[in-house]
Amino acid sequence: MRITSLNALIFVAVVLPLPANAAVLPEDRVDVLYHAYSGGGVEVTGPSILVRKSLGANVSFAANYYVDDITSASIDVVTQGSPYTEDRTEVSLAADLVYGDTTFGVGSANSEENDYSGSNYWFGVTQDFFGGLSTLSFGYGRASDEVRKNGTPTFKQAIERRNYRLGLTQVLTKNALLGITFETITDEGFLNNPYRSYRFLDAASAIGYSYALEAYPGTRTSNAASLRGLYFLEPRSSIYAEYRYYSDDWEIKAHDIELGYTRALSNSWLFDVGYRYYTQTGADFFSNMFARRDEQNFMGRDKELSPFDSHTLSFGFSYQFLPNGFGKIESGSLNIYYDRIMSSYDEYTNNSPGTTLATEQLFEFDANVLRAYFSIGF
Amino acid sequence: MTMYLPIYVIIAAVLSGCMGAEPWVKPYERGNLADPVMQFDRDPVSSMYMNHVHEAREGARGASGSAGGGCGCN
Repeated sequence: MRITSLNALIFVAVVLPLPANAAVLPEDRVDVLYHAYSGGGVEVTGPSILVRKSLGANVSFAANYYVDDITSASIDVVTQGSPYTEDRTEVSLAADLVYGDTTFGVGSANSEENDYSGSNYWFGVTQDFFGGLSTLSFGYGRASDEVRKNGTPTFKQAIERRNYRLGLTQVLTKNALLGITFETITDEGFLNNPYRSYRFLDAASAIGYSYALEAYPGTRTSNAASLRGLYFLEPRSSIYAEYRYYSDDWEIKAHDIELGYTRALSNSWLFDVGYRYYTQTGADFFSNMFARRDEQNFMGRDKELSPFDSHTLSFGFSYQFLPNGFGKIESGSLNIYYDRIMSSYDEYTNNSPGTTLATEQLFEFDANVLRAYFSIGF
Repeated sequence: MTMYLPIYVIIAAVLSGCMGAEPWVKPYERGNLADPVMQFDRDPVSSMYMNHVHEAREGARGASGSAGGGCGCN
């Protein structure tokens, strides 16, 4: 499918008489990012390399290579398993074609880890109106995943996923931008983690409870809508605000609010600071402790399905080197960003070794997230 | 039906007006909008990563990041 789509784009680019472009292709660039996440007993590091190159005036290709090196001793792992390490590698290819005021995009990605494979493709259309002051976009994506279970070679389950996305970016004034996005995602297949268990009260157990493998519904449909705005201020800076509302048929409802401020400290230095608040209700089949084994059809104790909220503080710097370019290089930047995510759970408790039912506290953890990267524009 | 007719007329009038509308921000007034501080996603490789961090740890998903595309990744 990927090859077919890319060939189709190349064919269109070569054969069709193309009008003068009003829409603009993304700039040619290379980004090399190192990322590091540390929190809740989980360490994830790795590179992400993005290369984008145009072919003629109408087509641009992009490739991304992304790795997660994971070392996990999370609360799930220390209570139900043993710490592990694994890698996840994702490769994606995409192409954009500009035709007048319209940009067509296609892409495909593959992700591999030792017990999970994911592949997906997507296409999208972006249309400029009113001299580029309004941009309407539509995207469709389809994914096919395979879930496996280490130690059980016969275990193979499938997931099919589709997403539909509609977006509008609007120039309001010479200093204000607005963005609206809607996205619907549907899943069908084996949606739970094959290793994770729920807890149920068990008088025969010395600790008062026992574990049994989770059971999730076989389908999920979610809707999300976001509204965001950017406003230019003097001296050269901007403020950013975003609100997103989310709901799905597992009865999770979530709100997140993000505020940011970017300030040019000089022609070479940009400073960013931000805050994000996220809160969600729990899934209707989530329970920190079920009354008995097989109490209901669907049972889960994934903390992502628990009601919780988090606060994130972030800041970072961007240094623009070669502001006037050098040879074929038009621009370059060195960037470093730090986020601290503080999560507090409303029902999910910390039952790590050494605790008892009487002493368990609500789970909470802080995470540190680092992004360090350089970008070169051509 | 008669109640809805004026609404259709208004919508048609607005649309026909918009199609011929002059850009309300002239090209020479777009300097601030073109500034890097006015980009929703200044560096896609960075914003894609943060979306991944959020989606891996939260129940919510979708409608984040830049509009368009539609990556179906998990």
